[in-house]
Amino acid sequence: MQLAKEVKYLIHKEVLLEWRSKYTINGVLLYVVSTIFTCYLSFVSLGDKLTWNALFWIIMLFASINGVSKSFLQETKGQQLYSYVLASPAAVLISKTVYNTILMLVLTTIALGFYTLVFDSFTPPDLLMYYVAVLLGSISFSTVFTMVSAIASKAGNGGMLMAILSFPIIIPVLILLIKLAKNAVDGLPWENSYDEITMLLVVNVLVVATSLLLFPYLWRD
Amino acid sequence: MHKTWWKILGSVLVIYTAIAGLLLHVPRLPILNETIRNLYFHVPMWFSMIVLFSISVFYSIKSLSTKSEIDDMKAVESVNAGIIFGLLGLVTGAIWAKYCWGEFWSFDPKQNFAAISVLLYFAYLILRNAIDEEQKRAKISAIYNIFAFPMMVVLLFVLPRLKDSLHPGNGGNPGFNSYDLDSRMRMVFYPACLGWILIGYWVYTIRFRIRTIENKQQHN
Repeated sequence: MQLAKEVKYLIHKEVLLEWRSKYTINGVLLYVVSTIFTCYLSFVSLGDKLTWNALFWIIMLFASINGVSKSFLQETKGQQLYSYVLASPAAVLISKTVYNTILMLVLTTIALGFYTLVFDSFTPPDLLMYYVAVLLGSISFSTVFTMVSAIASKAGNGGMLMAILSFPIIIPVLILLIKLAKNAVDGLPWENSYDEITMLLVVNVLVVATSLLLFPYLWRD
Repeated sequence: MHKTWWKILGSVLVIYTAIAGLLLHVPRLPILNETIRNLYFHVPMWFSMIVLFSISVFYSIKSLSTKSEIDDMKAVESVNAGIIFGLLGLVTGAIWAKYCWGEFWSFDPKQNFAAISVLLYFAYLILRNAIDEEQKRAKISAIYNIFAFPMMVVLLFVLPRLKDSLHPGNGGNPGFNSYDLDSRMRMVFYPACLGWILIGYWVYTIRFRIRTIENKQQHN
């Protein structure tokens, strides 16, 4: 139960820090909104719903890389050392992942709202299923990017390394997400999407399990 | 002799499969026809790649606990050798696809996912180049290697089954199961796999020895 307590405190710390500066959330939000607006202005003539769906996920991918990579890259060495002394490595990783999931969930929800507002014709018929895709997307983006940003921050060469390391890992997840979201846009019955949903959950369990196993080796310098 | 028998065995098997694979009888299957012979040259590449990457993960796990430089060198050299086989697998697949599908690269899920899994290991090599300090490099790249391996398994073996692929063995296309009945093909296919895996392992040991010598020269 020590772990749960530590995780709770660390998440509280993350939220408090974010609440004080409001830098990440506002920054990424503005990033998402301006990207959606740019896309809208650039592709006005595109009428295909499926293209808009793919575009939505690509925008979310870049927004989440920007948002989540902050979690380890932004911290100074002193801050990291401080939290490592106070808490177990598992608690640090879990709290970062949970916090990033919450952050991504807030972001993607707002982005989806704005997206359906801007692209009037886009609104998927099965909004619940689309929201399940958004939920799974937020979880998978944050689990993968949290671990990769931890690796990239240790390598000491921030932005570019983050993209190179995470893209090959996130592409399979992204393909599954686009497929699931496409099912929602097409209004297919839920039975057709169980494969994708289970697959996404399996990938997430896999990623979280390997991250928890490897992170203790990573943070010790 | 006790140390070289497997090298001789590997070479003999590969020479045998190169000759027998091109000359022996193969069953006439629709669409595939004579291109079925690519089974002997294309599929063993992937098996060798998987074996070499598994060796690499094994040594990465070992290097995390032992922190020895030798384990780290073994891990990186098996990735180097494995990538060669991955690229050869992509090339042999693309040449086959030119004859069967009409294009070298037709963005079939199998092709895409195989290319992405090779990218994964290029990312591993770039990560190594980004870190100067040797021990740190060994540790961080080992962690990324172990983290990436399950993803490669998902990419190569699980995801293509969810998508519609034209690759033999997927989506009702004639595949390995229909050759299983033909024992004459197995006579060439299994030796080919074993031979190429042995050759791959040989390449890896040579590369490892070269790197060990280079390393020694640097330290002197």
